[in-house]
Amino acid sequence: MNTNQQPRPYVNPYVAGTLLGVVLFASIFVTGGGLGASAAMSRVQTGVLDLFAPGHVDRVAYFAEMAGGTRNPWAHYAIYMLVGTILGGFVSGLVNRRVKLETRKGPRISVPARLGFALLGGAIMGYGARMARGCTSGQALSGGAVLSVGSWAFALAIFASAYAVAWFFRRLWN
Amino acid sequence: MAPYDLASSLGPVAYALVFGAIGFGFGAALEMGGFGDTRKLAGQFYFKDMTVLKVMFTGIAVAAVLVAFASSFGLLDMSRVFVNPTYLWPGILGGLIMGVGFVIGGFCPGTSLVAASTLKIDGMVFLLGALLGVWLFGETVGSFQPFWLSSYMGRFTLPDWLGLPVGVTVLLVVVMALFLFWAGDLAQQHFGEGKPWNEVRRVPGRGTLAFAGALVAASLVLVGHGQPTPEAKFALLGPEVRRSVEERGIFVDPAEVVALRKDIGVKVVILDLRDETEFNLFHIGESRRISLSELDTPARLKALLDQPPSTVTFLVGNGEAAAFTAWKHLIAQGVPNLYVIDGGMNRWLERYPVDGCVAERVGATDGRDGQAWRFLYATGSSQPAAWPELPVSRSFRSPCAAPEGEAHAGANHAARSWPAYAYTKRVKLKSKAAVKGGCG
Repeated sequence: MNTNQQPRPYVNPYVAGTLLGVVLFASIFVTGGGLGASAAMSRVQTGVLDLFAPGHVDRVAYFAEMAGGTRNPWAHYAIYMLVGTILGGFVSGLVNRRVKLETRKGPRISVPARLGFALLGGAIMGYGARMARGCTSGQALSGGAVLSVGSWAFALAIFASAYAVAWFFRRLWN
Repeated sequence: MAPYDLASSLGPVAYALVFGAIGFGFGAALEMGGFGDTRKLAGQFYFKDMTVLKVMFTGIAVAAVLVAFASSFGLLDMSRVFVNPTYLWPGILGGLIMGVGFVIGGFCPGTSLVAASTLKIDGMVFLLGALLGVWLFGETVGSFQPFWLSSYMGRFTLPDWLGLPVGVTVLLVVVMALFLFWAGDLAQQHFGEGKPWNEVRRVPGRGTLAFAGALVAASLVLVGHGQPTPEAKFALLGPEVRRSVEERGIFVDPAEVVALRKDIGVKVVILDLRDETEFNLFHIGESRRISLSELDTPARLKALLDQPPSTVTFLVGNGEAAAFTAWKHLIAQGVPNLYVIDGGMNRWLERYPVDGCVAERVGATDGRDGQAWRFLYATGSSQPAAWPELPVSRSFRSPCAAPEGEAHAGANHAARSWPAYAYTKRVKLKSKAAVKGGCG
């Protein structure tokens, strides 16, 4: 995977942002809905749980809505979008020579610690995303573009909270 | 007119491919912007690298401008676009939780997908963590369901909240985003590149200025052009709407309305457009009086849009003309399951008459908007004809009968039943948006 070559630099943020905006607009224009990731994750999780504990899935209302009884959690547009997102990221990474098995982290933290915090942060993120009925993409980005009040309140809350606690976790990143 | 009903117009493979292609663009845009690198994501919280803020708010601003443009010029029917419903406090709490997770984990769910796809181990581990978090939420949400469902405000947009036109709101969003970019850029030069404040470049480059100018200019066009009126939107609706009007598919026989009122699986709402006097003389049980101008207020419209999906709403006038005008007005704004009572109140009273000493017939019941019945006094919804779905109460005394005592007992209590009218079924319950964006 081109490990002998330097990765290409990232594009100008306003160009990338415009591209993102055009993709988001295309999604809204064609399908009537925006982009997202966390709903699909919720379906993947429920789908996996359904393999091992179908009875449990049927009994918990939140899971049953997606995979209860004969419902198939996988045949859903959010899952198709998730697969597309992974492919799109991979192809762009490949073209720009950024596909490389590695761990990105702050300079003063060990790899195992970084991975531990990634797991913890991921769990917090996943929990919060379902609480807020969407993640940064599904709520802040998509809801923001169609001017939903709740989505803007949510986006402000994320940034406010992240800036408020950033100082306490500065050793993770600086 | 966009958006398209893909689930019914495409086969399952094409349907999956469309969403896959959108996801592909999404993933590629995120990767190109640098969202696969956790250090870039975390850097913004220390003002070292403001890329994420710039990419994200550029994306929102560009999409907001394009969406408002498409709607403004009649290409996109906003009433069928999913707007994330507002559950204010769960949303804010979720955001606060996610902010902490963002700083600790260095990703958000979408960006971790992109990081994992470019083989970043931290992205994969974060993804695993996110799946755990999602699972934990599913297991625990039952214990705080009332909170999770609280502060529901439905489809509630910034223009509704601020009372401003869409174009002006978009302009404000754009100006706010540009200010954020400018301030973020100054901070990045100082904290990220280590320039002292007095050496920080305060005027952005020519390309950036041109980009900002284009966004502002586009928003100004939106302010000038405005959004289409309900009448203009109705003219843009597809041929299927016109056909259903021509085939009278939207006019529902009173007998079908009565049948639906008996159906416990359906909530029937009847909006009466006549004036207050006519309403007081006689109206259908549990119907509400509302004028066309009242229907135009945002609060009323929102209440209609936020009704449960099993609701069928009927409009009724004396005849059909006023109700049909209101129907066009509301259907253009996306009110689902909306119908007009065939022949209006005049036809209703022909099917379910009141006694001759209460009202007398004075006109035709051919759908024209005049009153076909003259009521001698106000009956409200006290007549059996206001509740044809109910078995007529044994205690109902016809006011036309002789006073008690003069006639022999029982004559006043003649059982009454309405004929079972044959009708063509018109009402087809449809649920609103099929695609809800990523939050489904």
